[in-house]
Amino acid sequence: MIRTSIRRAVVPGIAALALALTGCGAANDDSGDNGGSTDSASAGASLSGELAGGGASSQESAQTAWRAGFQSANPDVTITYDAVGSGTGRENFISKAFSFAGSDSYLDDDEGQLSAAAERCGGEDAIEVPAYVSAIAIVFNLPGIDSLNLDAKTLAQIFDGKITTWDDPAIAALNDGVDLPGTKISPVHRSDDSGTTDNFTDYLSKAGDGAWSHDPDGVWPIKGGEAAEGTSGMVAAVKGGEGTIGYADESQAGGLGLVSVQVGKEFVAPSAEGAAKALAVSTPVEGRADVDMAMDIDRTTTESGAYPVLLASYLIACQTYDDAAEADLVKGFLSYIVSDEGQQAAAEQAGAAPLEASLAERAAGIVGAISAK
Amino acid sequence: MSVTAPPQPRPAKAVVRPGDRIFAGAARVAALTIMLALAGVFVFLAIEGLPGLSAPAHIYAPAEDFWSYVGPLVFGTILAAVVALIIAVPFSIGVALFISHYAPPRIAAPVAYVIDLLAAVPSVVYGLWGGLALASAIRPVMDWLYENLGFLPFFAGPPSVTGRTMLTAGIVLAIMIVPITTAISREVFAQTPRLHEEAAMALGATRWEMIRLAVFPYARSGVISAVMLGLGRALGETMAVAMVLSASPVVTLNLISDTNPATIASNIASNYKEATPDKQALLIATGLVLFAVTFAVNFAARWVIGRSERNVAR
Repeated sequence: MIRTSIRRAVVPGIAALALALTGCGAANDDSGDNGGSTDSASAGASLSGELAGGGASSQESAQTAWRAGFQSANPDVTITYDAVGSGTGRENFISKAFSFAGSDSYLDDDEGQLSAAAERCGGEDAIEVPAYVSAIAIVFNLPGIDSLNLDAKTLAQIFDGKITTWDDPAIAALNDGVDLPGTKISPVHRSDDSGTTDNFTDYLSKAGDGAWSHDPDGVWPIKGGEAAEGTSGMVAAVKGGEGTIGYADESQAGGLGLVSVQVGKEFVAPSAEGAAKALAVSTPVEGRADVDMAMDIDRTTTESGAYPVLLASYLIACQTYDDAAEADLVKGFLSYIVSDEGQQAAAEQAGAAPLEASLAERAAGIVGAISAK
Repeated sequence: MSVTAPPQPRPAKAVVRPGDRIFAGAARVAALTIMLALAGVFVFLAIEGLPGLSAPAHIYAPAEDFWSYVGPLVFGTILAAVVALIIAVPFSIGVALFISHYAPPRIAAPVAYVIDLLAAVPSVVYGLWGGLALASAIRPVMDWLYENLGFLPFFAGPPSVTGRTMLTAGIVLAIMIVPITTAISREVFAQTPRLHEEAAMALGATRWEMIRLAVFPYARSGVISAVMLGLGRALGETMAVAMVLSASPVVTLNLISDTNPATIASNIASNYKEATPDKQALLIATGLVLFAVTFAVNFAARWVIGRSERNVAR
């Protein structure tokens, strides 16, 4: 009796599954064809082999999406992305353990890494293209309040412990008509070394009008206060207490109050588009090669709609590789990442901000020129 | 009930069969392997961690040098373990006595089974529970402690609004070590010679007096071994602490504020993934310190036990 009812359920179940699978397959074919219009992806159809990369853990979920997308178009390719952190990623790239690296900060010559990377690439400048851009939301937990307007100076004072209650005049002045409670403010920071902290403290220090006296760093510079590990830990901690405020990847900030930061005269809520826009108006680092898109993010931009609290993560690769197969794989994969399709995949699955058209075009040109020696 | 007697000196040679040789050899190999593994770990920690002792200053941020970096971590490790033991040990002894001496067998067996089951729950799960459920549930308790016992340095507050404090971490650790200490204590309590217990009863002792006079002295060393094993687990526990504790590089006895020292193990877990080679060396060096601390704590505990046992024997 029971068995028959299970069978009854199984047959239509399998039929539905088969339909769904063929549907998916068809969708994949479509997207493959779209990608085929650029020459890199059409070359990709015949790609095979293994490609090892790694670095920034901020890119990890986006890399999972890219890997899945690229491997479904090129079934014979195996790509690994080892999220060992930006610093180790750069060093492994220089030591040739990785063919490409993901990094939350661009190569610089403070520790000689820019020259070392050029040396690793046979004397040519290393490629650096932005691949993963994400808005950092400033989140808070106050019952009944969904959004607040704050400027960087007030934020710096809050996170520095100078402003201690939510009804402080500095906060009230920016939020007319909001009924602020007298709750104590508990700023939450990341206890681990993270690119999010690095970018957030960079914002506080550059836009904070002198209110933030610490240097930008991946490790939170102040001793003491509420700390949480990882983005999920941060979100859990902010949700777990009343009067808390923290910062987390915008895609993970659901259900919490969001701070709109002051940009020029307006207040901008965190969004992927705002982050992409802020990156697009940032200035390139001076003295870099054409293939190096390293950018100093303009935290004090007054561009309308730009959201300057963002994390931009780069892909680092060489212009030429000794091995033709390696060169083809790096070119194919990186071209896919900066393509519309790749950026959309990251936006859907990792909440990343798709690159602005002008940046994406330049990046596609750079990685499309990767070749064998 | 024949206990193997020590071999009698006999004129004829003792018979040694292949099985004896194989078994003795296997036992010896097992013992040596574990020693080698331990030595291997120590050598690895020493070689890989040595550069961490004298890395560039920025690696130690926000501290300045190795000892100021590792000091708060050692303090946090010991504090968390002590809080856990203070909560867990009376609890374990109570549960163990209940199972061995108070509960009717019908109830004792299932209770013992459930306690053993607790030991099989992975620490990540305890961490999730501690961070998401226990932390917010315990806030009123911390508020009460702050208001009524705030004059003690342990409860100086102000209480954390998220509840992710050293006290919460200590409670989670305590729950994790209860199964180990309970299981061993239960076994040694049950081993108390029936004659001792009956003798105490015959002298007119109540059940509690019987336990105090006959069971505790007999079981003392076993219970202490159980506590040592629990202490070892508390010192080395990683994920549960990393997920519960709001950690900062500070030294404080305050158990209920939002600023708590991290433990060595949780600090390694939080930072290893993103670490540069210099930082990795530093983290491994802190691992070496944990190795030394664990050794020192165990050594000190054995010494204290040894002394108290000599006193008892006298």
